[in-house]
Amino acid sequence: MIEALIEGVQLIFSGDSGFWEIVALTLITSGTALVIAGVVGVPVGAWLGLRSFRGEGFLNSVIYTGMGFPPVVIGLIVFLLLSRKGPLGWLDWLFTPQAMITAQTILAIPLVIGVTMSSVRGISPTLRMQLRSLGATESQVMRTMLSEARFGVIVGLVAGLGAAISEVGAVMMVGGNIEGKTRVMTTAIMLETRQGNFQFALALGIMLMSMAFLINLIAVKLQTE
Amino acid sequence: MAAENQEKRGLMSETDLYRMTDLTKTYENRTVLNVPELVVERGEILGLVGPSGAGKSTLLRILGFLEEPSRGQLYFHDRLCDGEWPQIAQRRKVTMLFQSPLLLRRTVFDNVEFGLKLRGNKQGGDRVHNMIRQLGLSELSAAQARTLSGGEAQRVALARSLVIKPEVLLLDEPTSNLDPYNINLIEEMIRRVNREAQMTIVVVTHNIFQAKRLADRVGLLMDSKLVEVNETAEFFNNPQRAETAAFVKGEIVY
Repeated sequence: MIEALIEGVQLIFSGDSGFWEIVALTLITSGTALVIAGVVGVPVGAWLGLRSFRGEGFLNSVIYTGMGFPPVVIGLIVFLLLSRKGPLGWLDWLFTPQAMITAQTILAIPLVIGVTMSSVRGISPTLRMQLRSLGATESQVMRTMLSEARFGVIVGLVAGLGAAISEVGAVMMVGGNIEGKTRVMTTAIMLETRQGNFQFALALGIMLMSMAFLINLIAVKLQTE
Repeated sequence: MAAENQEKRGLMSETDLYRMTDLTKTYENRTVLNVPELVVERGEILGLVGPSGAGKSTLLRILGFLEEPSRGQLYFHDRLCDGEWPQIAQRRKVTMLFQSPLLLRRTVFDNVEFGLKLRGNKQGGDRVHNMIRQLGLSELSAAQARTLSGGEAQRVALARSLVIKPEVLLLDEPTSNLDPYNINLIEEMIRRVNREAQMTIVVVTHNIFQAKRLADRVGLLMDSKLVEVNETAEFFNNPQRAETAAFVKGEIVY
């Protein structure tokens, strides 16, 4: 065990191209999923947080369910959509990074929307009135409220990235864990462990945890300014 | 003082800034405000007093175009307000200061500059500094708003309202949480902008002494209704209505 750990650490610093290829693909797919989830989720969350409308409770339930949705079901749905006979089969995305990004984005979006929404709602409603009274147009009100809720928005983005990067089941189903093409850190850890290749799995595990720690460290730093 | 007010109002009588007739505001069939008639004159300080929940803040929000009346007419600059009008350019001439400062999570300078930025004015630096100085906040210019005391924060909020040079300043219990030093500073500034810039000011207050100190005229709201509006001296010394008499004598507990 200790031996495997030492070998694992050595592997990280050895510049093994297969290892770094997996890390790079992980960052690319999770990063892309985060960008899409952020571009869509932050404005939608802000908009929902600022408005009250009929069916609000229902929509909240949908979003909160999405925040805790079993990833493997997302994987199944995306698989069926992208499979050759599925409605999006013509994209020919199954077992490609695009398919993984799709699944990861669907997982991350409710987190980004939900956390953005609740942090915008957490701002005093009187502040909105104050902003309008200072001469803000509706879009200026929305931008200012979002900037006031920026700490919450960062939390939402970090949560989204965390969900995307740590996902195994859905990514395995739609990506296929193909070496050099769709193999990411989580799926590689699973495979290498099963094959008894513990030092490789541990190296990836250490790397994944360090990345998670770094992301949260940056988030905390941003929050305390 | 009374003669001076008379003269000031004499000049303004042709130009009512706001005029309300038979105005009501209801929330789900509950009437929260009823104003049979009210004129806000250009350049005056109008005080609004009355017990909690009497509709003072609702009236102020209607004057600030933050809420629309349910029924009745509201004229601003001799023009009927109807949802289409006033538009943003006219609404930007009216601003409101709330009981709590509601500052943004930014520096003092950025807070005061906010209204100018909304108007696309990026060369307002001198104006911002000048306003900050007038409210005794120069040393705090770079401080984060959340580090300020209550009095400092409210002075920043006042600076933020005044830097945009509004035509109308609406004050909703602006000093009710503050110490005498800050109350004095803020009242002094209110009097100054009224005198020097002929800014029209409507101030809602719980404190009848503040109304006496600041206002040219005072209005009483009670049970969601505007009962009486009169010259400040008349209002306190010679009230026309039994409710007003009881209120100024302190018989109505609020």
